[in-house]
Amino acid sequence: MKKMHYRELWCSSPRYWGGLSLLGFIILIGLGAAFYMEHSGHYVTGMSNQIVWGLPHVFAIFLIVAASGALNVASIGSVFGGPMYKPLGPFSSLLAIGLLAGGLMVLVLDLGRADRLIVAMTSYNFKSIFTWNIFLYSGFFVIVGAYLWTMLDRKVERFKRPVGFAAFFWRLALTTGTGSIFGFLVAREAYDAAVLAPMFIIMSFSYGLAFFILTLISAFWWSGRTLGDVRLAKLKNLLGVFVGSVMYFALVYYLTNLYITQHHGVERFILLEGGIYTIMLWVGQILVGGVIPLFLLYSPAFATSRTAVSTASLLVLIGGFFQLYVIVIGGQAYPMSLFPGKEVIQSAFFDGVVASYVPSLPEALLGFGGIAVSMTLVAVGARMLLVLPETLEDPTDECP
Amino acid sequence: MSKSTDQPEMNRREFLGKTIVAATAATVAPGVLLSVAKAGPEQKGVTSDVRWGLLIDTNKCADGCTSCVDACHTENGIDLQEKPEGHSDAMWEQQRVQWIRKVKLQDKLTGEQTNLPLMCQHCEHPPCVDVCPTGASFKRADGIVMVDRHICIGCRYCMMACPYKARSFIHEEVANQLVRAPRGKGCVESCTLCVHRIDDGGTTTACQDACSSEGHNAIVFGDLKDPNSDISKALKEQSSRQIRADLELNTGVRYTNV
Amino acid sequence: MRSSTGIKQLAGLLVGGLLLALSTAVLSESAVTKGSKAADLGACVAPTEEMRRNHMDYLQHDRDLTVHEGIRGVKYSLAECVDCHAGKDEQQKPIPINAPGQFCAGCHEYMAVSLACFQCHRKTPEDKTTSLGDALDDKARAGHSLGLLLDAGQQPMLSPAEFAQLHALIQED
Ligand code: HEC
Ligand code: HEC
Ligand code: HEC
Repeated sequence: MKKMHYRELWCSSPRYWGGLSLLGFIILIGLGAAFYMEHSGHYVTGMSNQIVWGLPHVFAIFLIVAASGALNVASIGSVFGGPMYKPLGPFSSLLAIGLLAGGLMVLVLDLGRADRLIVAMTSYNFKSIFTWNIFLYSGFFVIVGAYLWTMLDRKVERFKRPVGFAAFFWRLALTTGTGSIFGFLVAREAYDAAVLAPMFIIMSFSYGLAFFILTLISAFWWSGRTLGDVRLAKLKNLLGVFVGSVMYFALVYYLTNLYITQHHGVERFILLEGGIYTIMLWVGQILVGGVIPLFLLYSPAFATSRTAVSTASLLVLIGGFFQLYVIVIGGQAYPMSLFPGKEVIQSAFFDGVVASYVPSLPEALLGFGGIAVSMTLVAVGARMLLVLPETLEDPTDECP
Repeated sequence: MSKSTDQPEMNRREFLGKTIVAATAATVAPGVLLSVAKAGPEQKGVTSDVRWGLLIDTNKCADGCTSCVDACHTENGIDLQEKPEGHSDAMWEQQRVQWIRKVKLQDKLTGEQTNLPLMCQHCEHPPCVDVCPTGASFKRADGIVMVDRHICIGCRYCMMACPYKARSFIHEEVANQLVRAPRGKGCVESCTLCVHRIDDGGTTTACQDACSSEGHNAIVFGDLKDPNSDISKALKEQSSRQIRADLELNTGVRYTNV
Repeated sequence: MRSSTGIKQLAGLLVGGLLLALSTAVLSESAVTKGSKAADLGACVAPTEEMRRNHMDYLQHDRDLTVHEGIRGVKYSLAECVDCHAGKDEQQKPIPINAPGQFCAGCHEYMAVSLACFQCHRKTPEDKTTSLGDALDDKARAGHSLGLLLDAGQQPMLSPAEFAQLHALIQED
């Protein structure tokens, strides 16, 4: 096999700096929105005492989940020894770090008292899965950073496999942890399901890879390098498998819930009567995020179409966003049942009523700011580090 | 390093404080070490010999009466908080703080109606405490579940975890407070069983007082561990239940006739 | 702190001494606000020097005592600081203790410390002698009766604390 050469992302200045300043602008707006929410208080958002976690949390969880999945390519390359994926390892690690940082930023800036972040860093309650997640996240930065180092620096190359293994297991733990944030909420029927944690893992694979394909294609386009068709086809097929698995897990999730009689109410709500949530599930998650991408990925008509792969990846991300929206917000909107066999006919606090939530603009801006932070980190990282191969021409001496 | 203040500006303050202290350690050290709170014999603090709880007789709870809610709001200064200017009523209804609320139920089969006040149930195994990342959500030795609002970061995970929707987040600035009930933007709060009264030796909560001065006497507050307390006697006499008993949280608030 | 060398320590000591000299120079005049209760008293809850230096740590310590241990009436109670140190304007109305130039703000402005405390804690003493309406900002309370035997417009002549006490007394009888 030919020796792989890596080079910094070094593309024509206007294109690079233009893109970067656009990202910077989005970040500034996001920070402004966060400051506005923090300064006036959360009353300016759509969140309330009924819908406690809103759009920022959907964005944050989306990015965090995608982050651990983005590392998948590196894991396949070095842990499972897939030669086609190997040269993509460094970029995959960089993307993982970027996505996680963006997600965490959104999460932190939405805190009621973001000024007390130091408290979150110094006083812990080890029973809380949130606390575990703080360690999982910081550990992720360290381990993936080290992994990136072993891939970039020949002096420490011999540690690549063990560190790669560590990163692989760490990120499984991380996604399980993120999923468990919901799994532990026994009080809310929508979240009281063991399948949530593995479902989050498979979701992470799918969103992470979609992000990876999109950023990879754009980075290569930015720098005018070539990306071989066979390599892309590999990634594309993998994405297809993941998208299918996510749909399968969603099916299992709703089917098992149907077995549990107490959960029938919330099931009916999400699947049939939930209005916007039902639409998001069927149209957003299933059609846009599942059926159409599968068609684009597997239809022979689009076998070598770059546009089809990019579109499919984008749709997977949009569908994934809706899926999390339905889980996070739909799950809260459905009223908790406190008195089985009784109907709440009056309450000053919306008991027994489906809660309404209209996301506000600042929340959305903060969320997009988070995505922009991720992308900026990747763009800057790719320019400073040797993470992108000079060319990803299909190897000639290798069977695909 | 010792844990110093955890409010904002900590690092710099700690640093400055430390250098100043270092420079003058010799003169002040003895004073520093000796000056603790004047925790005399009358100030024992909380003990686990007691567990505070409430018993609510829903038969006595009157339809349309909100005196317990009103009393709670006055006692804790919740009514001092105003709707932010230009904010819609619908949003304010969803965002305003409620430590206690009235709920009216109807049996789906018999049509029988029940009224009851619902507040923090002061669980023995509170899910809100389990999930809190900083330990701000905590259970005092005497069973009262509270938020230490000095270390609450406003993540609202406890609100997600609470089966009773008993907690509220303060969505806006609070201009007016009572001395006994500090409260402000960005933290989560809930019923404290009128902790300021209990610590000062009080034997009633504001909601209970209000209920009995209305002549309903639907709320009994007391020590669940003292077999001679009114609440323990009442619990012995009639069958009561916990809301969401299936979660096995062993709540400190019990209901009869639900 | 093992990493700091002797020179660093010496420098730290020097800087610390300098700061101390500076702060005592500025604070040699008493910072106590005119018109506050404290203005008529001779001593704080601890020796003045000690208060200047350590009030933040004492406050935090006693705050945990109150919130977690349920010990009220601690020596370094924030409510008490406000009660004693808050000033009054010409109309004898209390001024928020963290307002510019007031007791808890003066030194802090100089030291560029911003206190979060008064976002939650009441900034003025609750007036125990005048009517409830005065003490609690008429506008905020308007329209709320106390649920006792009073009409909405009528103002009770007792503070809520006194009400509570009376109530307890009646119940004990
Ligand atoms: C004599 C001047 C002075 C006065 C008066 C004063 N302080 Fe301070 N305060 C300081 C200094 C100096 C610091 C430490 C600043 C630093 O280290 O950066 C401080 C710090 C604090 C802190 C810690 C700040 C933080 O960010 O953690 C608190 C809390 C505090 N003061 C409360 C009060 C209260 C309440 C009052 C009014 C009752 C008060 N102080 C009055 C000088 C003063
Ligand atoms: C009983 C009334 C009283 C209470 C309560 C009280 N103080 Fe004081 N405080 C005083 C008096 C009087 C002085 C002036 C002492 C002097 O002149 O030396 C003073 C002085 C001070 C000073 C030094 C001001 C200077 O001149 O530099 C500080 C700082 C201070 N108090 C902080 C506090 C804090 C913080 C609290 C709450 C824990 C508090 N005080 C509670 C009465 C009180
Ligand atoms: C987010 C709201 C919030 C903030 C900010 C806050 N407190 Fe508190 N504080 C409370 C609450 C709530 C209590 C508990 C009252 C109770 O349990 O009755 C309390 C109680 C206390 C007490 C014990 C009661 C008393 O008056 O002595 C002290 C001391 C105290 N706080 C100090 C501080 C100091 C110093 C700061 C600023 C550095 C601060 N607090 C900031 C909410 C707050």
